Amino acid sequence: MFRNRGRRLATVIVSLGTVAALTACGAKTADSAAAPAGGGAVVDTSGASVKIGLLNSLSGTMAISEVTVRDAIQLAVEEINAAGGVLGKQLTPVSEDGASDWPTFAEKAQKLISQDKVAAVFGCWTSSSRKAVKPVFEKNKALLFYPVQYEGLEQSPYIFYTGATTNQQIVPALDYLKSAGKTSVYLVGSDYVFPRTANKIIKAYAAANGMKVLGEDYAPLGSTEFSTIVNKVKASGASAVFNTLNGDSNVAFFKEYKSSGLTAESMPVVSVSIAEEEVKSIGTQYLAGQLTAWNYYQTTEGAANDKFVKAYKAKYGADKPTSDPMEAAYTSVYLWKAMAEKAGSFEIEKVKAAASAGGITYEAPEGLVTVDGATQHVFKTARIGKIGSDGLIEEVWNSGEPVKPDPYLKSYSWATGLS
Amino acid sequence: MSLIVSQLFSGVSIGAVLLLIALGLALTFGQMNVINMAHGEFIMAGAYTVYVLQQSISSAGASLLIALPVSFAVAGLMGILLEVLLIRRLYARPLDTLLVTWGVSLILQQAARDIFGAPNVQTRAPELLTGSVRITEDIVIASSRLFILGLALAAVAALTIVLKTTSLGRRIRAVVQNRDLAAVSGLATGRVDRLTFFIGSGLAGIAGVALTLIGPIGPAMGTNIIVNAFLVVVVGGIGQLKGTVIVAFVLGILQSMVEYTTTVSVASVIVFVAIVAFLQWRPQGLFTLRTRSLA
Amino acid sequence: MSPRVRALAGFGITAVLLFAVAPLLLGDFRLGLLAKYLCFAIVAVGIGLAWGRGGMLALGQGVFFGLGGYAMAMHLKLADAGPGNLPDFMTLYGQLDALPWWWVPFQNPIFALLATVLLPMTVALLLGLLIFRRRVRGAYFAILSQALAAAFAILLIGQQGTTGGTNGLTDIRGFFGYDLNDPVNRRMIYFIVAVALLAMLGITWQLMRSRYGELLVAVRDGEERVRFLGYDPANVKLVAYVVAAGMAGLAGALFVPAVGIISPALIGVVPSIEFVIGVAVGGRASLAGPALGAIAVAWAKTALSERVPSAWTYFEGLLFVLPIVFLPGGIASLVSLVRRRRAAAPPPAVDQRPPLVREGAA
Repeated sequence: MFRNRGRRLATVIVSLGTVAALTACGAKTADSAAAPAGGGAVVDTSGASVKIGLLNSLSGTMAISEVTVRDAIQLAVEEINAAGGVLGKQLTPVSEDGASDWPTFAEKAQKLISQDKVAAVFGCWTSSSRKAVKPVFEKNKALLFYPVQYEGLEQSPYIFYTGATTNQQIVPALDYLKSAGKTSVYLVGSDYVFPRTANKIIKAYAAANGMKVLGEDYAPLGSTEFSTIVNKVKASGASAVFNTLNGDSNVAFFKEYKSSGLTAESMPVVSVSIAEEEVKSIGTQYLAGQLTAWNYYQTTEGAANDKFVKAYKAKYGADKPTSDPMEAAYTSVYLWKAMAEKAGSFEIEKVKAAASAGGITYEAPEGLVTVDGATQHVFKTARIGKIGSDGLIEEVWNSGEPVKPDPYLKSYSWATGLS
Repeated sequence: MSLIVSQLFSGVSIGAVLLLIALGLALTFGQMNVINMAHGEFIMAGAYTVYVLQQSISSAGASLLIALPVSFAVAGLMGILLEVLLIRRLYARPLDTLLVTWGVSLILQQAARDIFGAPNVQTRAPELLTGSVRITEDIVIASSRLFILGLALAAVAALTIVLKTTSLGRRIRAVVQNRDLAAVSGLATGRVDRLTFFIGSGLAGIAGVALTLIGPIGPAMGTNIIVNAFLVVVVGGIGQLKGTVIVAFVLGILQSMVEYTTTVSVASVIVFVAIVAFLQWRPQGLFTLRTRSLA
Repeated sequence: MSPRVRALAGFGITAVLLFAVAPLLLGDFRLGLLAKYLCFAIVAVGIGLAWGRGGMLALGQGVFFGLGGYAMAMHLKLADAGPGNLPDFMTLYGQLDALPWWWVPFQNPIFALLATVLLPMTVALLLGLLIFRRRVRGAYFAILSQALAAAFAILLIGQQGTTGGTNGLTDIRGFFGYDLNDPVNRRMIYFIVAVALLAMLGITWQLMRSRYGELLVAVRDGEERVRFLGYDPANVKLVAYVVAAGMAGLAGALFVPAVGIISPALIGVVPSIEFVIGVAVGGRASLAGPALGAIAVAWAKTALSERVPSAWTYFEGLLFVLPIVFLPGGIASLVSLVRRRRAAAPPPAVDQRPPLVREGAA
């Protein structure tokens, strides 16, 4: 009985397999006829407006940060539309939720490209989400503008990186620590790609510059128990801490740091993921006097920034601060506009060609930025800031002029063998 | 040496936090067999209560003291609501309570996001609790941690007194030990259930107040701690508080010691392996309640 | 109609839907999404067996899904890199000179394919032996499964140089020599997933109707009684648990070519619980319920999150609450309710018993 039934089932499955094979063949011929000749993404420019994609986490753990980036992009789009659009066409933003989940990012990127036929996609925050969508953009030959500082060692022909790479943020921060006479550091980070890669670079820098790395610790993303790590930091007697923690962990870390008696004077913490928005949620009680490394602060001087801050607060509320990733996202839309206008087309290869020809600039809130055609990164001024008791960050040092992006750190002798 | 002492205290204070968040569960899960995954969101509600109170009370110390009873009441009432609306229908299906309350926790988290915004909110701690107590030159103990330790022990003491000496406590224990017999003897088991749930959830509110001193206050704060809290109750053995207390401190010290010598991620894996091994030895947890019920 | 004929008719209709209707109606992008949903459906079929029939709420299926997925992705990454080369992320993050020893066997395609299913089954077997023999059950089992999922995800994330860390294994380009960029090959993947789902449904149908299936339900409803009858409930549960783990592993393995990525985001506590909703919505104790429920929930997630992201979270929460509280048998119980009412006169056939969802006390 048992066996008999099993055999019947087997025949069913075999016959299903045959059906499958037949339909697959049928699909094959139909598909190859329909496939576009070039194999690249097609931008839909048929209407009076052209679509652009916004890909950010609107739910899940990363929503905290990514929603502000989406808001900044929206602001840029509105301003551009009010001023007449790009090449005579209004921009229609299509917003998708990456849900803080990397496979979802890949899926939504594919949707924006093949269903909505967008001219460019703006977004992603974590390195993991960027790594997940990178093959999608390369495969479809579509454009992504990535607005967040990141760990470098990457250069995709279909991604424009408008945030800082390591030599525009981490290396200047280390230079600053060295010039301030700090001879040893302790590395604390969340357990993911950016901190681990950043710390690899920091260790190489330290080895070549006579700085000692006294310890290295990683907490799982979302971890809020830091008593052991702070004990270790304290026992090490390092002269500074380099902090690459992300999100919630920063709150717990700084609360623990202060209550164990460590201060910004005795052992300053340099953070690379704490911007104005995070300062607000951690509390200045715990942060005042600590250092950050970015390319833009809300307090950065200049007419372009005054206008940006004013417009942002008018649209989203007077209590909403502006921060570096938001500024980079806002700028990225204008940079794309400049490229498309120079190319005189929305076609992706032409836009890319316009960028690689050089000369794409924009008077951004952080100052004049220029796209480096060779690396598709952006020249940016490095700025070290000190967190004030009012929650704003005051610049204490800057690199003087925009630093040329060097994602693979090729111009630094100590960095050979990193990539 | 001083490092070992500091580390030992870290372990004790991790244990105190675990104890505080697991204590309410020991009551609802241990005594009532309800797996309340929304416990973490009751903790969140307690923390947000501090935030809301601080909008109108400027003194950080006073607002923290007022927040203790208020968040107990807020979280407790949320607990009663949950019990009356959903859990009451599920007493015969303990595993289903897990999924249902998980759904509730998703809804509460999103509600917090819509009401208070996705970013973490900031609360002020009284200056007294942001500093530290210097024992010797090298050994410094954070005063917030001492406060939490004291709070956890006080909560255990209060709960023990309620359970052992009051008539409510006697009724709760009677229902736990034999629900049918208690009902036959004329106890209103439904009311006892609701009260137990009120106290258990209220304790989560207290834990939320304590967590504002050491961690972030945001919509996701509950999810990060809930699994560990359940492990404490499971390993401690259900039906009794002393198991929960002992296991919270043992796990806290184990975690901090392993974390010190290895890394945080290795530590969590080792703690899990230790728990599975322990349950091999004592599948019903550290202490078991003797009952005559089968299975 | 006899139950067997009805089952065959059901399989036939499903096959027509999956192999003819869906590919004709859906474009490449939507068909790719469907392939992903079908992978979740395969996991759901296994959970239906372990939970609906066996009473074991397997909240750690993400682990087995991940084991299968990583086994497959490791081979595909090695195949992409070509013989003698390291996968891209290893040189980037790990700065390794040689392949770690535990990656080496995955160079062999046959080993990798077998591992996608056998590895999760072995882990489930060892864990199940430890847990069921000591009569850890009910809530204890569910919470331990969750802790396992949490620990495994943290472990994977911590070993960035050899596992890709939080990124997971991304950018998978080929599938046993077939280029995954080619839409025709992606369709082929869809058909493979669909065949796998039907095969798993077949296996589960067979198990449910066998003597073993009766025993499993008996263990769920009265473990002590089964013990008194001379059976060892631990072994009975173990089989269902291991089979469910194998299905999750297979689903993970198919997910990799279908979506092109595997990451710890699919393994931890949250995704493991999410695997269960579809099962609860569809009807845990039925055969088709879990699969249909999983597809419906995954589809709803895509559809809703495209429009109003925050609404999805509320909706997902309600999906956990409403069906379980008010319709414990899921949508499948509606079907049998209607059927029973219509055929009120003749006594119900053996397998038409209403799905039991009562559980013993933990």
